[in-house]
Amino acid sequence: MSVEHNAVPLPGRRGGTTAPGTQGARAAPALPAYDPARKYWIFIAPATILVGTVIVFPWIFTLWMSAHEWNVTGDHAFVALANYKKLLTDQRFLESMWRTFWFTLLATLIPIVLGVWAALVFHREFPFRGILRTVFVMPMMATPVAIALVWTMMFHPQLGVLNYLLSLVGIPPFAWVYDPATVIPTLVLVEVWHWTPLVMLIVLGGLAGLPTDPYEAALIDGASSWQMFRYITWPLILPYVMIALVIRTIDSLKVFDTIAVISQGGPGTASETLNYFLYLQAFQFYNLGYASAVVVIFFVIIIALSLLLLYARQRTKWTD
Amino acid sequence: MTQHRPSRRRILKTGAAAGLISTLPAPFVARFALGQSKFDWKRFKGEKIDVLLVKNPRSELMQTAEKEFADLTGITVSSEQVPEQQQRQKAMIEFSSGKPTFDVAHLSMHVQKRLSEKGNWLEDLRPMLADGSMTTPDLDFNDFGKAGLDFCTAADGKQNAMPTFVDYWILYYNKELFEQKGVAYPTSMDEVYTAAQKLTDISKGVYGFVSRGLKNANVPVWTSWLLGQGVETVSKDGKLLTDTPEAIWAGEQYKRLNREFAPPGTVGFNWNECQTSFATGRAAMWLDGIGFATPLEDPTKSKVVGKVGYGVVPKGPKAQHSAIFGDGLGIARSSARKGAAWYYIQYITNKQNQLNILKNGAGSPARNSSFANEEVVRSSKFGKQWFDCVLESAKVGRPGLPVIIPVTEFRDVFGVALTNMISGADPAAELKKATETFKPVLEKSEQG
Repeated sequence: MSVEHNAVPLPGRRGGTTAPGTQGARAAPALPAYDPARKYWIFIAPATILVGTVIVFPWIFTLWMSAHEWNVTGDHAFVALANYKKLLTDQRFLESMWRTFWFTLLATLIPIVLGVWAALVFHREFPFRGILRTVFVMPMMATPVAIALVWTMMFHPQLGVLNYLLSLVGIPPFAWVYDPATVIPTLVLVEVWHWTPLVMLIVLGGLAGLPTDPYEAALIDGASSWQMFRYITWPLILPYVMIALVIRTIDSLKVFDTIAVISQGGPGTASETLNYFLYLQAFQFYNLGYASAVVVIFFVIIIALSLLLLYARQRTKWTD
Repeated sequence: MTQHRPSRRRILKTGAAAGLISTLPAPFVARFALGQSKFDWKRFKGEKIDVLLVKNPRSELMQTAEKEFADLTGITVSSEQVPEQQQRQKAMIEFSSGKPTFDVAHLSMHVQKRLSEKGNWLEDLRPMLADGSMTTPDLDFNDFGKAGLDFCTAADGKQNAMPTFVDYWILYYNKELFEQKGVAYPTSMDEVYTAAQKLTDISKGVYGFVSRGLKNANVPVWTSWLLGQGVETVSKDGKLLTDTPEAIWAGEQYKRLNREFAPPGTVGFNWNECQTSFATGRAAMWLDGIGFATPLEDPTKSKVVGKVGYGVVPKGPKAQHSAIFGDGLGIARSSARKGAAWYYIQYITNKQNQLNILKNGAGSPARNSSFANEEVVRSSKFGKQWFDCVLESAKVGRPGLPVIIPVTEFRDVFGVALTNMISGADPAAELKKATETFKPVLEKSEQG
């Protein structure tokens, strides 16, 4: 048995049959050659084909389209980097890019602050905590389009419930999404309401796994609540906060449904983010080459920001 | 099925007939068809056609009529309703592929007319209209109103579709508010402004006028005022007339009405917000399409039931027109079942089905006879004034959007300009900027 085992070649080595002349001397023939390195491709192939067709090919195709004047109704002419050059001088594109960053900043940081605060509150023991936690996470369960439709009705300047509530306390009606100056903060309000629970859940998960020893030591040393949060809790939950930050940043950059339903990028172009600009170019104006160039730039922005945040997360990891 | 090989003589005769027909407008060929009588509804029995519709109440009625059509013809219809924006995208992509999955498509001709012509999407219906064995004697082509037919007829005379619906823009007004303030219905566009001024009573939350402010949706409001100058946004030779003194005047009219007398937030209003303002009695006048009588006269949705006046758009400085928009049903050029598809279109656009649109409050049909039906007029909850308004608007109807390929981009670019005007921007500067932005888009669209 052991002799036969020895006849099996090591992975990566070629051949494997016994030397000429020795075959006749053995009672049983050696096992056929087995080269695991050659067989692995069978297992990798399905995933490779899937990734290739679903991810790699569309990306290469998008890059190729972005180098063409690609109109659904006409011919496709190669224009090299002309679409990218045009984007650099397209005022509407540039404005939408800065608007996207502004929206992302607000729609990321506010839920993070509120979500961390909510997690700290719900981490404590108090009556009806379970029910209140459920109520708090409910907005997250609803679909964005349904939520956007409800908010649209509430934002109506004359008939919306929000202005009615303001009128009860003597505050004049507010324009909400019907004013270029207030549309972005109002849309951020919807995002905050919708996604703060997600941040809370992530951070709450982190809080549940924190060790108790440092707190006991801090109490013995006479540390205040703030000091315990600042020097123990915050550093320990920071990796979780960073995860929430990455998720929220990517989601905020990509936001489409809320804007499409509530403001349609308006008034004028006041709430037109990169994603909405992209939608208009691709599916309303059918400028597919130009839209592909926007996709490429958008992708680069998302990758760059994600890498930056992931790097920051690595830096905040717990160390011994 | 037996297939006969066509003889050379037959091919020559058919070719000559088709050549002759292609030079004639559809009304002539339809009249020619009436002289023949070999039409058989069962001719395409057993065939199955696919139909792409837009989601709206009219399509619901079309789908309801499918069973009756199948019983009559033996043709099976498989139709789907897709929301308007997505349906246009689907039609665009499928037609451009050269092999659409549907035989018949509903098209919004005010947006897709030029696109469908340039892309050669649709089958010219004239040969079938001229063929007595293909066209029912009951078709009565001349019963279709001119406005609807214009949308479905190409510049070279091709009958690319059959009209199903025509939307006329009118001025809704609240009779009660007008009476309270002693204001008469405006007879000119300038009087719309003075009437709005008198009717606005902010202390009571009543505004004199409301119209769309949301970009893209707001363009027909501006073009409605522009038609009062007797001009459209694009000339017949394809030049933009959007920064002319007439266009600027229309921009001023748009700005002053929406800025001074419209409810707060009008800058983001689409038709639904306007409808809400008018239906709750908070707006005295509303300029929009004629299809909103149904919700306005519905006690569960409106507080102004029985108080709504329906007026033709008042005359402008040089002309009086109602901006019109129209839909049609066309046959995909690549369809292998054109005969069955044509039978479907004939049936769906027949007098009874067109009348059903009116009876069900689903909009204004394309056939004139629908409005002449006294029983429907009598039993309608809209009142005689609505019917009169449709007929009068039809007489002065003129396209509310330019017949160009990039209609959506046109609406977007000029929509932004109009929105900026409500926020206080100068109409002349905004229209100049928008015209400069859109000019290369328009020029490029007709190339290639």
